[in-house]
Amino acid sequence: MSQWKNFSKGFIKENPVFVLLLGMCPTLGVTSSAINGLGMGLATAFVLVMSNIVVSLVKNIIPEKVRIPSFIVIIAAFVTVVQLAMQAYLPSLYKSLGLFIPLIVVNCIVLGRAEAFASKNNLVSSAIDGLGIGLGFSFALVLLGGIREILGSGKIFDITIYPENYVTLLFVLSPGAFIVLGYLIALINRIKKN
Amino acid sequence: MSYLVIVIGAILVNNIVLMQFLGICPFLGVSKRISTAIGMAGAVAFVMVLATIVTYLIQKYVLDNFGLAFLQTIAFILVIASLVQMVEIILKKVSPPMYQALGIFLPLITTNCAILGVAILTVQKEFTLVESVVFSISHAIGFGLALALFAGIREHLDMQDVPKGLKGTPIALIAAGILAMAFMGFSGLV
Repeated sequence: MSQWKNFSKGFIKENPVFVLLLGMCPTLGVTSSAINGLGMGLATAFVLVMSNIVVSLVKNIIPEKVRIPSFIVIIAAFVTVVQLAMQAYLPSLYKSLGLFIPLIVVNCIVLGRAEAFASKNNLVSSAIDGLGIGLGFSFALVLLGGIREILGSGKIFDITIYPENYVTLLFVLSPGAFIVLGYLIALINRIKKN
Repeated sequence: MSYLVIVIGAILVNNIVLMQFLGICPFLGVSKRISTAIGMAGAVAFVMVLATIVTYLIQKYVLDNFGLAFLQTIAFILVIASLVQMVEIILKKVSPPMYQALGIFLPLITTNCAILGVAILTVQKEFTLVESVVFSISHAIGFGLALALFAGIREHLDMQDVPKGLKGTPIALIAAGILAMAFMGFSGLV
């Protein structure tokens, strides 16, 4: 039961984007479509799970004072793995996510979980925590990307919903990212209150 | 002429915060007052220019030279992390009040994607050293401009009667969206 709670907290209660307001750059930068959001979310989730596992394994070996730089190197290694794998197998997604793939390394969520959770808990809880937060992050990105794609290009996952003549292009451009996220956070706050 | 294109492009057209979505965390985090915003912008500018120069040299003379381009992310983040540590130590000695004001956000410059983003962009665009410096200074100015403008807006927002559900972050994000809309007016300038 408690592991289930540990996993599910990432979706609403401690959602990294909507509640903790972490990882805003990729959240706003790549969500011009739902599929980009999903790709980014899963890439981040992979890095989160792997770095949480490794950090929880080596937490007793690393001296207290150099723990943050060590965590960053561990994270950077997995980001490089994702970067190279994506370049090889999903070149079109890699192209549309662009700069934001190497920037997973500076995503506050990943370092935040390593520092706040994995460095204090055992392997299994850390892996589950990473998976929960990572999927919660993906959920937020897909939601935001989906809304922007529907409003801004009339499609979702390449399925046309309404003709292109009626779209509001603004929502796939940068102002739309800020505005949609603003209203989504307001909505989530309201849901959490009830 | 080409330098002018880089400068205008980086400050106005492709503003690092509002158009490229880099450095959103400090943009939302330290923009409650203009004075802190300017301090943060100064710290970021200093680290950004230094980091771009150092990473440029590392890329050119170490990574490219020895065929280690795949280590780019790891090498760059280490350089930036140590630079931030250095700036922190200097600021603590030189200006304690500013050190106190920036508080938690100073170590967070390490995880500020604007710094790493500009370093990687410089390499991707295959600039010369001088162009990279101009590019990073312009991006730093663009960051400072967006941060100062946004802090000014938020100081006024505090005094307004905002609907209850939108108070805090939501209204700040919507204001940022409108600011981004204003910056879209610059597109096509270069």
